[in-house]
Amino acid sequence: MNDTTYTIPVGPVHPALKEPIELVLNVEGEKIVGVDVICSQVHRGIEWLGMNRNNTVQNIYLSERVCGICNVCHPYCMVMAVEDALGMEVPERANYIRTIVAELERIHSHLLWAGVAAHEIGFDTVFHYSWALREEIMDTIEYVTGNRVTKAIMMVGGVRRDIDKDRRERIEKAMEYYLQHFHKIEDIFLHDKTIKMRTRNTGILTKEDALKLCAVGPLARASGVKKDVRQDMPYGAYAELDMRAITPDMYTGEIVGDVYDRIIVRLLEVKQSVELIKGALENMPSGPILSEKNYVKLLSILKRAEGEGIGRVEAPRGEDIHYVRLEKGKESFLSWKIRAPTYNNVLPWIPMLLGGEIADVPIVAASTDPCMSCLNRVTVVDEDKNKKYEITKDYMHEQSLKKTRRLMRNE
Amino acid sequence: MAMLTEVWKLVFKRPFTNRFPAKYAPKNVHHFLRRVQEGKEKIVPPVPTPPNFRGKIEYDMDKCVGCGLCIKVCPTKAIEFRQCEKAEILHCKEGVKLATPLKIRIYVSRCCFCAQCTEICPKKCLSMSSEFLLANEDKMAKELIVDGLH
Repeated sequence: MNDTTYTIPVGPVHPALKEPIELVLNVEGEKIVGVDVICSQVHRGIEWLGMNRNNTVQNIYLSERVCGICNVCHPYCMVMAVEDALGMEVPERANYIRTIVAELERIHSHLLWAGVAAHEIGFDTVFHYSWALREEIMDTIEYVTGNRVTKAIMMVGGVRRDIDKDRRERIEKAMEYYLQHFHKIEDIFLHDKTIKMRTRNTGILTKEDALKLCAVGPLARASGVKKDVRQDMPYGAYAELDMRAITPDMYTGEIVGDVYDRIIVRLLEVKQSVELIKGALENMPSGPILSEKNYVKLLSILKRAEGEGIGRVEAPRGEDIHYVRLEKGKESFLSWKIRAPTYNNVLPWIPMLLGGEIADVPIVAASTDPCMSCLNRVTVVDEDKNKKYEITKDYMHEQSLKKTRRLMRNE
Repeated sequence: MAMLTEVWKLVFKRPFTNRFPAKYAPKNVHHFLRRVQEGKEKIVPPVPTPPNFRGKIEYDMDKCVGCGLCIKVCPTKAIEFRQCEKAEILHCKEGVKLATPLKIRIYVSRCCFCAQCTEICPKKCLSMSSEFLLANEDKMAKELIVDGLH
């Protein structure tokens, strides 16, 4: 660092960032030469509550509040982990309903993101337009689950509400609406000169960096990594529906890995979700929706259960993992660990921002669809402040060798 | 450019938002509500809620047996036991006796509207209404405490 370099702190509270995270940028003129990301500004102790205060059924609603937007993936992931620990089978119909609700949420989340991204580049008309389009899906969610945001539909061993004829018609109506309006969103976002100018070749994340930094979700797919839990390890009803990870070369024929590619991936995923929901509604079998209807019995099963389980779900932002350990006689979890997708997607900010301009910081940060409230239940590795915040493969390998030697010495 | 034609179309459309509670935001809400009560102004009705909407909880005290299952599953600990003021004739192992049965009290200001209690209730004495205008300055206001007495 020389004396022409300035350090600009952005955040923890900053108008460009919706949620608290701190960025420390070293700039020379307008060019960014150094980036540091400081997380953990909104730790709320959710895992602690799950391990000490609540029982498993209460934890479903607590995990719903990990993130306001991903409030199906987190409980979905948690009940999958609990079912894994219990060895409980989920009825086929419940799997289909879970899939439909998760996809409804993905449409809502991606449209919300599209609005925020437009807002970040100062295109507020598009912001309001895409949020007006999003209202349709919010109304559908309200009709299907009983509330606009917190759906409260997941339960250990199934779902709590069935999709009957009225609800099915309402979903079909909404899907028609989106198929009709999709070309409009596509036209506005992908063929607009302003958006293309601001997003093409901005915040490039190469495939190598995406793999090295373990990027997940649309961010990784936009860089050409064909990674999607729905495709790689199908859960719910995805195995029966034809599900393929979307990469931007399906639309433009090339992979750049910039913000524009991320817009393409997210918009195509909206269309894909619409098709998945239509397919799921057609193939939905009849039958029970809960494997254990009696909640009192379920509570006693959960109290007696022992074991550990892992749930993996593709959230709108990427792969979400919940680890749960149950102990006999303890109503709350013995251990509960949440790894939210934003944890992986924060490290790629550094290669994306380096060499860019300060004006690009909001859109590049927003292009990963960060969710700080999700992120902040993990402890961030605290490194020396003067050191560059980048974990290379060699560094990890070296650390691993060191640890092996240390363990061998102790033995 | 693609947006420009859309914007022109939107200029001639009716607003997407429902103008609740009045067409223009009132400067003073209390003043506005007083005028509504006097009949000088009208409230623009809110968007109707869908069926199965989860609004303010309703409690039928007479059906309740005080088993406490709702207290066990409530994620926000919004429900607590309460001793009934009125003594009732109870039939128990020892025969007939006069006692005050256990009932519950629900603090709506803590409720997260998950409706788990209504599903676990063996007597189905809890239900979700479609009432959702619950904003209040006082958390312990009379409207926000459901104990089946009011």
